[in-house]
Amino acid sequence: MKALCYNSVKDLRVENVPDPEIISPKDMIVRVTLSSVCGSDLHIINGFIPTVKAGDVLGHEFMGEVVETGRDVRKFVKGDRVVVASVIACGECHYCNEQSFSLCDNTNPNAYIPEKLYGDTMAGIFGYTHAFGGYAGSHAQYIRVPFADNGAFKVPEGLQDDSVIFCSDAFPTGYMAADMANIKPGSVVAVWGAGGVGQMAMQSAWLMGAERVIAIDREQYRLGVAKEKSKAETLNFTEVEILEALKDLTGGRGPDCCIDAVGMEASGSGFGYAYDKAKQWARIENDRPLVLRDAIMACRKGGTVSIVGVYSGFVDKIPMGAAMNKALNFRMGQMHGPKYIPKLLEHVQNGEVDPSFLVTHKMGLDQGQQGYDMFTKKEDNCMRVVFDPQKTMQPA
Amino acid sequence: MATIKITSSEFIDRGVIKPQPTGSSYINVGSTERIVSAAAGLALMYFGLRKFSMPGLLVGAAGAALFERGASGYCPVTNRMQKESAKQPVDSTEITKSLTINKPRAEVYMYWRNLENLPNFMQHLESVKQIDNRRSHWVAPVPGGVGKISWDAEIVEDIANEKLSWRSVANAAVDNSGEVLFKDAPGNQGTEIYVIIKYLPPAGAIGTTIAKLFNPAFKQMVKEDLRRFKRLMETGEIPVSEAQPSGKKLTFDDTTHDKIEKEYESPLL
Repeated sequence: MKALCYNSVKDLRVENVPDPEIISPKDMIVRVTLSSVCGSDLHIINGFIPTVKAGDVLGHEFMGEVVETGRDVRKFVKGDRVVVASVIACGECHYCNEQSFSLCDNTNPNAYIPEKLYGDTMAGIFGYTHAFGGYAGSHAQYIRVPFADNGAFKVPEGLQDDSVIFCSDAFPTGYMAADMANIKPGSVVAVWGAGGVGQMAMQSAWLMGAERVIAIDREQYRLGVAKEKSKAETLNFTEVEILEALKDLTGGRGPDCCIDAVGMEASGSGFGYAYDKAKQWARIENDRPLVLRDAIMACRKGGTVSIVGVYSGFVDKIPMGAAMNKALNFRMGQMHGPKYIPKLLEHVQNGEVDPSFLVTHKMGLDQGQQGYDMFTKKEDNCMRVVFDPQKTMQPA
Repeated sequence: MATIKITSSEFIDRGVIKPQPTGSSYINVGSTERIVSAAAGLALMYFGLRKFSMPGLLVGAAGAALFERGASGYCPVTNRMQKESAKQPVDSTEITKSLTINKPRAEVYMYWRNLENLPNFMQHLESVKQIDNRRSHWVAPVPGGVGKISWDAEIVEDIANEKLSWRSVANAAVDNSGEVLFKDAPGNQGTEIYVIIKYLPPAGAIGTTIAKLFNPAFKQMVKEDLRRFKRLMETGEIPVSEAQPSGKKLTFDDTTHDKIEKEYESPLL
């Protein structure tokens, strides 16, 4: 089959790789119909996650059609249309029992790597380097889905692929961000990052009864989408002093709930950005925590900072004094996909949320590098590039 | 800076079972005598073998025997004479590890008590055969495929659902002992297991040095084995991700897995 593989930093290639096979009785094989790029892939492609190897198949946000099931798969038969959570969870360990699926004890075969880096292991993730399990990703014509009964979900009749694909990752991540942010009726919610996850967080905030939603980004077209599709008020941080503007918009209090949907490769301006960029370039600091700093400073006293943007290692100059003395709440984590996906599919089915507006470009895998370039540089008003692996040409 | 000289098993007030020094780890020559023996042996070998002659060869051979006595700390002559100049106990090398398995205590204990299950998750064991209720025969391939080592072990203590300890019997290739404790984890999180494995490295003090060099790798091996045990108990399989992958011994039969298993190497070993 054909798959989009990592070759070296900012160099992806389509390769012919062996078809995946059922290895364990709870596995199934899915023919991928759509597979999306994700901001978190950029950390890998840009060389910030060292455990990627040449030849690794990328991609973790996908849907498709079941072509083969292992002996112990109960929920699915051949031909079912499914959407699959990007984190792989066993469904049996203590963390899975508590629905903290991204903390699964058992699905990372390379548990010793995160154990050294983070003190313990987390769930494996499709196509997300060997530190996160080394599972082959979804930018391929076929993919092996381990623990299929736990991670895959049947797509309700009548829904378009474009409306469903983001129930794999962007929607549950945004939804979890809002869930963790402690949104109550009357809450003012600020969301940093108006990409796929940020937009989903904004729409989820409305579902949870937010009073106002404020989107913060630097790309005017993304703020336009936030305004039009996610009904948010918008702030462009290249045009306003963000902390001042947030105070001015909220009666001097600051937002009740601050969501970081950006993470470790935040853009910014001024001295802080140059400082982090330089340290990151020298590999002294892994992460540029500009958004996190702003979220802490902006958040109202006793409010909640909810982090779903990915951080990988160490960060500098976190205003801990502000966090402590303002008695802030911190919630964070990789999304617990299977906990949310059934509910999200219902929201899509009921027409309350339609994430299909995020699909701005569709390509075959052979345009993979081009697609990621466009996504990285935010060309042509790109929100998300989505690959259709079945339309891929033979590699040259 | 003072280092705390206490092993983990003492810290948790466990691990009283120690391997019997019987086989290659047995020492009956004292330290001073060993150094003298080794040095004198080397000197004799040098002078004896410098020129090729019959007396020279004899001197060389005697030197080699003396050197061997010094290096290994074991002297067959001393042993016959029932005279032992060494009184110090040999330090055993110890590995401890605890983890929590989300299954009832009885189930976890039962799986382990059936020692023949151990190779299902201990990647470097080939087989364990139970001879009778107490004794068992263990076989492990030597890394590099140059043969196998085997030894017999006996169960020392067996308290159902609580504790299991075993010890290799006399003249094992590597004198070793092990102990597993099973406890209910708080908050209905299943079972906590505490594993303590001790072994006496071959050839006394020199062996200890070698063992210390290898201990981190061996410790990681034990940790990975226990992780496989947890995964097998909780999910019925050992998750794998390699392109043509497999953990060892999946729970269902398929001939392709035997092939895959051989290709699979732990990333650490």
